[in-house]
Amino acid sequence: MKSVLGPSSQRAVIWWRRLVVMTRKEMLQLFRDVPIVVFLVYSFTLAIYITGNGLRSQLHNASLAIYDADHSVSSRELIHKFQTPYFRLEGEIADPQEGLRLLDRGKAMAILEIPPRFHEQLVAGEPTAVQLLVDTTNSPQGLSAASYAARIVARFGQETALARVGSSEESSQNLPVIESDHRVWYNPDQNEAWFESISHLLRQITIFAILLPAAALVREKERGTVEQLLVSPLTPLQIMLPKVLSMTVVILCATAVGLFGIMQPVFGVPIKGSIVLFFGLTALFVFTTAGMGLAAATLARNQAQVGMMTLFAVAPMLLLSGLMAPMEAMPEWVRHLMVLSPLRYFIEITHGILLKGTGLKILWDSVLAMAVLGAALFGFGMWRFRRQFE
Amino acid sequence: MNLRRIAAVTSKEWREIIRDRMFLLLAFLMPVAWMIVFGYGLALDVENISFVVVDRDHTSLSREYLHRFVKSRYFTFHGELAGEREADVWLQSGKAQAVIIVPEKFQEHLLSGQPANVQTLIDGTFPLRADITKGYGIAINSAFSEERLVDYFSHRSGISHAQAEVRVRPITLEVRYLYNEEVRSTWSMVPALVMFTLMLSSPLLTALGIVREKETGSIYNIYSSTVTRIEFLAGKLFPYVLISWVNAVVLWVMATLWFGVPFKGNLLFFLAASLVFVLSSTGIGLLVSLLVRTQIAALLITMIVSILPTILYSGLIVPVSSLTPGSQIQAHLFPGMYYTNIVRGAFLKGVGPEVLWVDVLALAVYAAVLRIVGYRLFTKRPRS
Repeated sequence: MKSVLGPSSQRAVIWWRRLVVMTRKEMLQLFRDVPIVVFLVYSFTLAIYITGNGLRSQLHNASLAIYDADHSVSSRELIHKFQTPYFRLEGEIADPQEGLRLLDRGKAMAILEIPPRFHEQLVAGEPTAVQLLVDTTNSPQGLSAASYAARIVARFGQETALARVGSSEESSQNLPVIESDHRVWYNPDQNEAWFESISHLLRQITIFAILLPAAALVREKERGTVEQLLVSPLTPLQIMLPKVLSMTVVILCATAVGLFGIMQPVFGVPIKGSIVLFFGLTALFVFTTAGMGLAAATLARNQAQVGMMTLFAVAPMLLLSGLMAPMEAMPEWVRHLMVLSPLRYFIEITHGILLKGTGLKILWDSVLAMAVLGAALFGFGMWRFRRQFE
Repeated sequence: MNLRRIAAVTSKEWREIIRDRMFLLLAFLMPVAWMIVFGYGLALDVENISFVVVDRDHTSLSREYLHRFVKSRYFTFHGELAGEREADVWLQSGKAQAVIIVPEKFQEHLLSGQPANVQTLIDGTFPLRADITKGYGIAINSAFSEERLVDYFSHRSGISHAQAEVRVRPITLEVRYLYNEEVRSTWSMVPALVMFTLMLSSPLLTALGIVREKETGSIYNIYSSTVTRIEFLAGKLFPYVLISWVNAVVLWVMATLWFGVPFKGNLLFFLAASLVFVLSSTGIGLLVSLLVRTQIAALLITMIVSILPTILYSGLIVPVSSLTPGSQIQAHLFPGMYYTNIVRGAFLKGVGPEVLWVDVLALAVYAAVLRIVGYRLFTKRPRS
């Protein structure tokens, strides 16, 4: 049969066909490695479920032991205010020394000490003080515990004081106070499972995308099969790109499973924005992150080296891109350094599309930054690869 | 068991490591670099929360109130909006994380003894930040309310300022911070980073050891040699245990001398406990390398089983007690948590074996179990 296409478009068809064949080859290689497939499935289903279900970054259940030297109505009432979810009462202790021992052992995170005559002073309208000893070996959590405790004690104090003054018109509706009215947007119930499951999905994507294409490329170098590919009519781009393409396809499928199979039905994570846009940008993120891995792969001689290099890069990405602590809290130099982390942009994009329902109109700068970064990394990788083998 | 054969395997492995300059460099450079980057960079205190305001009152009192937020180190002021509708754009684009809306007649109500309702819109995409923002807001509001109340009572009931203060705030909470009296983030992070660094680097170093030989086929030399299984595993692991342990010492030196974190505990105990920990973390790498056939799988699996649980379940950031029961089980399945107790205990609390023996024991059991499983899994007769 005579081709209806011109010679140039025929070449394009062949070019594409080669790309597809190579992508298939990468897929086959990936799926023949059973442990990888097992971990792929685990990572995007069970791991997301466990993390979304179990991880809470806010202070929860801070174990609190009580030393109550007063044993009065008021002291018991105050103790009663320290409740879950923030605090978990570990029971009363007989003397303050025992409290210190509990803190040493890590059996309690804080000790509340109520002085003798607490009730008496409160009733008489005299000032009184309770003491809180906080373990600050984990400083942010220690500070949180102290601030929750301060809030509880202040409210209790005000309530009892006003109840004591308690004449008719001075109920709290009739005092010059500020009533705090908070509206939390985008996650009104502050459901932590949304945030944690999304974060975990992003962490998994990052690790898979940076490591697998990179290791696949180095493996070809290490075994020498890359020489075979180079004597074939394939261009360097046709060798490198399929490694990313196959990973992109696999990750997009895995993300779909995680999102529609676990996050949406189990945790009720909303998808407010465009789902097409989300998957499109996930593909871009995989491409950019894989570019980072490939750049490392051209510098490494064997898989051990590339493994160390990707680990070297991936740990700061995971910890400093804004999943563990918000970006704006980071020191300035970290914020500058993280310009190089594609994950940082993708966090904004994911939260934007899924939770806030934003589109390209607002997210364009993150998308652009990620695309530029990806192009630069991929370009660098191509340049190194060409120089090494041509 | 023949010591000379073990030494032979070790020296072969050692030579391979030494000859791979890049690998060797990364093995020692990575912990140091991470310690510096995370020691200075990983700030977990939520600060600089960007906010904008909508002031519908425009009185001296509303300005005084809003100024509390402006001057707070937790908030960064980004300007005043004309109306609530603009707030939407600010929150959606992430340029602000909070919008404070002061109602009309704010001053009028407060001065006449009426409550005023201040609305705060908070970006809830990051629940931890939302919660902390709320907390800071409530703290500022109640401090301001208290001042208004004191004024109000002293004015109305004709009592002195001090008396009014007692009436408003009868109980004060005195907080004493223990172990890290100035609540420095570095003091609490840096010891935990010793755990983090070792927990990530040592399994990966080890993971490739055996699988590399399997993939290249050089392991057939071992299969056909007189080296027994136990000699091979012992000799093979020794260099990686040594590198990791040396790294533990280097990290300890950095933590104490460079970051100035106090070390209150017993150094000998710490070194011994670190050795036990390194034995268990390299055990993870060993196990992975016996379960897979390719290096690529070994790399992926080690990264997933070492990085993620270490970030999430080791007590580095989230204390284990805050986790739900299911996750607590997971936390106990990884060695990171036990070593976090040991490093924080030895550095900041100054406790020793009398308290931490449970954790050391858990690590020892962990290391032993991994080695027994590894020994059972490793066979000199390759299946199929």
